[in-house]
Amino acid sequence: MEASAAGDFDRRNSSWYVDKVVQALVFIGGISGILCILGIFVFISKEGFGFIANTIDIKEFFTSPNWRPTSEENPTYGALALIAGTASVTGLAMVVAVPFSLGAAIYIGEFARGKTREVLKVLVEMLAAIPSVVWGFIGLSIMNPVIIDLFDVPVGLNVLNAGVILGLMAAPIMTTIAEDALKAVPDHYREAAEAMGATRWQVTFRVVLPAAKNGLVAAVLLGVGRGFGETMAVLMASGHSINMPDSIFDSVRALTATIAAELGETAVGSDHYQALFTLGIFLFAITFVINLAADLVLRGIRKEA
Amino acid sequence: MAESASNVTRTDAIETDAIKTDAIKTDKLSLWYGNFQALFDVDLAIKQGIITSMIGPSGCGKSTFLRSINRINERLGYVRTRGKIEVLGHDIYGPEVEKVQVRKQVGMVFQRPNPLPLSIRDNVLFAYRLHDPQHRRKGKAALDEIVEKALRQVLLWDTVKDRLQRPAGLLSLEEQQKLCIARLIPVQPRVLLMDEPCSALDPAGTEAVEELIWELRGDYTILIVTHNMAQARRASEECIFMLMGKVVEHTDTAQMFVTPQHEETANYIEGRYG
Repeated sequence: MEASAAGDFDRRNSSWYVDKVVQALVFIGGISGILCILGIFVFISKEGFGFIANTIDIKEFFTSPNWRPTSEENPTYGALALIAGTASVTGLAMVVAVPFSLGAAIYIGEFARGKTREVLKVLVEMLAAIPSVVWGFIGLSIMNPVIIDLFDVPVGLNVLNAGVILGLMAAPIMTTIAEDALKAVPDHYREAAEAMGATRWQVTFRVVLPAAKNGLVAAVLLGVGRGFGETMAVLMASGHSINMPDSIFDSVRALTATIAAELGETAVGSDHYQALFTLGIFLFAITFVINLAADLVLRGIRKEA
Repeated sequence: MAESASNVTRTDAIETDAIKTDAIKTDKLSLWYGNFQALFDVDLAIKQGIITSMIGPSGCGKSTFLRSINRINERLGYVRTRGKIEVLGHDIYGPEVEKVQVRKQVGMVFQRPNPLPLSIRDNVLFAYRLHDPQHRRKGKAALDEIVEKALRQVLLWDTVKDRLQRPAGLLSLEEQQKLCIARLIPVQPRVLLMDEPCSALDPAGTEAVEELIWELRGDYTILIVTHNMAQARRASEECIFMLMGKVVEHTDTAQMFVTPQHEETANYIEGRYG
């Protein structure tokens, strides 16, 4: 009797095996994300780094606005105009998106009640799911004539158009993240402030926003990352012409759009092909840094809370 | 100046014992959370300047009653109230009444200390800044004085005077709870509502906060909800026993614990249920 009772302690039933299998599957799932990122990094590095080391002049890449990779006699690879294009469009997009998204998040998180709140949340999430080519189409066919009419300029595909489109595109996802940050503020802070006689706005402005500061910064950073990485809508709405923008009515070309438009027409392994991969490395580095920054900022809140 | 004068008159009123007017008076107060009725025709008159405790088993409506008096219950959105609550002679559910002004007069201390995620100094000044639009014109010295006075009154000044700029969340629970009382003082509320203010504290903290509450009586009308009958007995002057949303008994604390008038009260006090 005693022996069999003791023997029971090392019995492995089906739950034990299921547990082990699930652990293994989950581990593979988790590790594959990291492997994919590493794989992408290795791939674009392999294609682009040789070019960076041998052919390209780093100084020219960052300071010259002349992107002429197809020139027969003297191809130049200055990415400054492309960087300026991406930066100007993203900058304007943030000017549009930050007030919209923070305002929407504050309304949904702190002011709206009951049904209104639920409906708004669903709508915002639906907005986030609109494909970028649809936004590009709106830029091309609606914003373009509107800008030409309104500002009396010859071309409506420019920084303004792409910036507004990109801003509207980034706003929903920023709203969702910002609202999560507001929701993470413990309710007893609001209750304490209200019990002292604070109005809804005073509670929001003096207690909730300072407490959610990190999450809101992270929301904006992720929006910036989205702006840098967005391709299709920017390609369609920005005019896609190489230009150092002087005003918001100049057409520009973005880093991402350049890769998308030119990669299909280059010979694999050519200088031009490798130059595009160099742009890719640059973009990857920037979005990586932005996302890392957002992540670190977000971690900051959790530590405090 | 004005503040010390009003303190004197209030203290006088208590000493003469002649005009113990009611600070809080309810008339047939009923309250529903959705379809659930939590209070049934509660008639209570809570005297000014003394400590009144409310006891009763969980779910008897004592916290609900407390939270109706500064209308903080309304945050939930699905609360309906019938009847009347008068605070200092004003019907606080009157159509012209501003909740903000009610809450200026009626301060609240919560079960879990809930300092705001600000510095100690900003916590003490939070309510003051809300209610005094002129506060920006006051110099730093004037504000410092307010902070010191409030913190001294809650016996916290000596422990925190060197770290007023540090986050309030770093204080111990007992200190946090004292801070939550201190931040009410600069706006000079007339009534303090305390919802089990010691239940998150250890015995030493409980004793310290109880002593503080005892010190504050006279200046403030204090209504304190507690789970702890010993606390009600030693730290209040009048006691209310509630059961199932109704008031069973309301008398002097000493009398309630020695010669309760109702059987339910006696049973509860003796620990037969609850």
